[in-house]
Amino acid sequence: MTYIAKPKFQHPGLAKNAVGFTRRDYEGRISTLCAGCGHDSISAALIEACYELAIEPHRVAKLSGIGCSSKTPDYFLGQSHGFNAVHGRMPSVLTGANLANRELIYLGVSGDGDSASIGLGQFAHCVRRGVNMVYICENNGVYGLTKGQFSATADKGSRSKTAVNSDSPIDLVSLALLLGATFVARSFSGDKPQLVPLLKAAIAHKGSAILDVISPCVQFNNNPDSTKSYDFVREHNDAVNRIDFIVPRSEIKVDYAPGTVETVTQHDGSQIKLAKLHADYDPHDRAKAMAYLQEHHAKGEVVTGLLYIENEAQDLHAHLNTVATPLNALGEKDLCPGAKALEAANEEYR
Amino acid sequence: MQPIAATNDFVVKFANVNGSGSASANELFARCVLRMGVPVASRNIFPSNIQGLPTWYEVRVSGEGWLGRRGGVDLMVAMNPQTWNKDIAEIERGGYLLYDSTKPLTTQKLRDDVTLLGVPLTRLSGALDVSRPRDRQLLQNVIYLGALSALLGFEAEVVEGLIGEEFKGKDKLIKLNKQAVELGHDYVEQNLAGVCKLKVARADMVGDRIFIGGNDAAGLGAVYGGATVCAWYPITPSTSLAEAFTAHCRKHRVDPVTKQNKFAIVQAEDEIAAIGMVIGANWNGARAFTATSGPGISLMQEFFGLAYYAEVPAVIFDIQRGGPSTGMPTRTQQSDLLLAAYASHGDTKHILLFPKDPKESFEFAAEAFDLAERLQTPIFVMMDLDIGMNDWLCEPLVWDDSRHYDRGKVMTAAELDAGKPFARYLDVDGDAIPWRTLPGGHPTKGVFFTRGSSHDAYARYSEEGKDYTEVMQRLLRKLDTAKTIIPQPMRRAAKAATRWGAIHFGSTSVAMDEALASLEAQGLHLDTLRIRAFPFADAVLDFIGAHEQVFVVEQNRDAQMLKLIVNECGVDPARLISILHYDGAPVTARFITAAIAERMSLTRKEAAE
Repeated sequence: MTYIAKPKFQHPGLAKNAVGFTRRDYEGRISTLCAGCGHDSISAALIEACYELAIEPHRVAKLSGIGCSSKTPDYFLGQSHGFNAVHGRMPSVLTGANLANRELIYLGVSGDGDSASIGLGQFAHCVRRGVNMVYICENNGVYGLTKGQFSATADKGSRSKTAVNSDSPIDLVSLALLLGATFVARSFSGDKPQLVPLLKAAIAHKGSAILDVISPCVQFNNNPDSTKSYDFVREHNDAVNRIDFIVPRSEIKVDYAPGTVETVTQHDGSQIKLAKLHADYDPHDRAKAMAYLQEHHAKGEVVTGLLYIENEAQDLHAHLNTVATPLNALGEKDLCPGAKALEAANEEYR
Repeated sequence: MQPIAATNDFVVKFANVNGSGSASANELFARCVLRMGVPVASRNIFPSNIQGLPTWYEVRVSGEGWLGRRGGVDLMVAMNPQTWNKDIAEIERGGYLLYDSTKPLTTQKLRDDVTLLGVPLTRLSGALDVSRPRDRQLLQNVIYLGALSALLGFEAEVVEGLIGEEFKGKDKLIKLNKQAVELGHDYVEQNLAGVCKLKVARADMVGDRIFIGGNDAAGLGAVYGGATVCAWYPITPSTSLAEAFTAHCRKHRVDPVTKQNKFAIVQAEDEIAAIGMVIGANWNGARAFTATSGPGISLMQEFFGLAYYAEVPAVIFDIQRGGPSTGMPTRTQQSDLLLAAYASHGDTKHILLFPKDPKESFEFAAEAFDLAERLQTPIFVMMDLDIGMNDWLCEPLVWDDSRHYDRGKVMTAAELDAGKPFARYLDVDGDAIPWRTLPGGHPTKGVFFTRGSSHDAYARYSEEGKDYTEVMQRLLRKLDTAKTIIPQPMRRAAKAATRWGAIHFGSTSVAMDEALASLEAQGLHLDTLRIRAFPFADAVLDFIGAHEQVFVVEQNRDAQMLKLIVNECGVDPARLISILHYDGAPVTARFITAAIAERMSLTRKEAAE
């Protein structure tokens, strides 16, 4: 944690993206998390993804719950509105915000305590509804702010300084698949080249995009008996694919060996170049993806990559058949039926 | 025993089995009386159950226009063997009992001071040409409606007209129902002519008034008030409010060209998620609300604290029912006042509105959205089951087309560009209401971070005591502003000068009006004050100050309104006298009259000694 105020000065020569913003424009306040915290790497990846996608910062709304991870929206996209809600309830607040204005990009930032324990119900239901959002769970398996209690994603047998976890873990990725999420991925805070394109693809996805990001807690859960430590994840990372995210009409630069690459085109025309690392892994088959996750988790492996994607996803607004104009932009003329209609309504009650 | 003879002033109660289709026939009965130009007050008394348990429908016919419950029953339509003995016991001396006389009465207890009106409903229904046995049972309800129309003297055109409207476009049903009415009507003409001395006589006492339930009216009020997002979780007795909003939106808010909706309604996974969505939508500039009842209010507590402290608008309809816990889900009470007034942990205080009937429910519903956005805080519309789920006769709903929504202090992009300074929680206007901006509103200016943790006037996280207390004190001052713009109490002066006062609120008012008339007839005079909102306007303290003794009439056990008054106004509790009614049935004028008369006479006697 640092006490130095961040200078606002920017080097005039800093590169700008298509909408005229530098990387610095996507930064937030200085993080108050512990040095080496995985969450700060995720914030950095988000900054990178938004810069590269040339998103105007004010078109993003950042929402979170309570916990270390939920503090992070203050540390990136300082020019975006943020909402630090109550513990485990970010999904409902985000859902409401999304209903009010369908045009913004919604980043939901949560942690394993916030999502898998107190907020498991809301996590499940916002996924079921297909709320158009990027839901990032910064998953470290412990409660940091209250000093190291296990969370519900901690693997059975994980050890902390004082205890052994005897409860079965909740796997948010498997759960998201089961509940109908249309974009499901897992990554590792220590693997920025994997994480940034996944974030970009998730932002472009029109539906519920769930990203479970293993993000080690250096203070309480980076020990040899943890399955959420830097070393463990590096050693047991089973990446099923690598992706490159390509915005519409941009030049494709990466070369792949023939037969190993698949192109996925999303709603907005953006493309995902998907390099298969496992020939038998199909990210379009929900049932098989679930089975693969189960099998490899049993082997002690951490499966990462783009695990599932539905190209033609529909979101909650499509289900509710709402007008294209954001509801918060409708005026009295659209909303109030007026005196005459009320006179007619009275007649029905006589 | 002389049978009761009364015209346009009696109570009919229907005792049915729920799920037997009686509700629509009973409602038709009430509307027949209205169409005869005679006011009615109707109340459903129903179980928390789908099928098979007792349910009652009480219709008070009142030419004088009293809309509260009177108490007592003059004519019982006893259709439920389960409650037969209890129902018969409830009939006033000299009253009437209408029953199905297909089988002779043998084992049941009967009273010799009650006139029997036996109509062989089951046998008569055999003449109807129906395909399913269940239809025959449903139509027995219509046969007793026909019998009642003859006993009480309804005009034939009134009954026929209503059936025509009810089943518009379904000719076969119209024919069957008319036939059922005739069967009952003709049987009475031939066998019971002149037996019943209760009559409905054509009058002109209804005028252009409408017959509407409070949940329906509030749902319509939310449409007029510009609500676009409704998030809710099913709970009796509030469910029909969300359903009414849905129906009114489908009628008024679907784009005629694209057929797309200018509204979003989400049935949430629980009440916590419902209020979370409401807060998220309001934060993002849409008018959003939830409808719930006491248990939902209990669950939403943490979010109320967030909305209060982070200053996010929200509208909550609390259709109160009997508590605590699951309590009496299908009975009425006014017992969530303290829960709502100080909802959430820490120091909070919320704005409550108390509509007295469906018309005011419509008005307060629409107004609540203006207040929520102006004051940037939750607004609780405190209704109850009696207002919400019963149809009430009330003045027609009106809307002034020159009225505009008050969207509160939202700083626009143009204002920010013009250099207007923005600080989210700074009191720049002296009314303790700060300015807010909406997400996505401006590319570079006006951004802030919303949080429920302590913050300074610039929305920055702060653990400094000074920053914290500054915000907390401003929140208190904001309520002073609120007091001046929320609905003011209504004062009514007694016909003679008096040192007695009475305070009431919400659904109690109809019974109160009638009680005052009865008390006045006994020479007992009281000034009254109907409280319409919390925090209390100064007029509440003035009213108490102007009287030696003030009754506070409310429908809960713990005198919650009285406690709020003592707590907030610093009134000597000895000045206040509680009149409490909380058995789950709406309070009656008889109850209030007796309680107040007893106390006033006692004091007079003491004074005389």
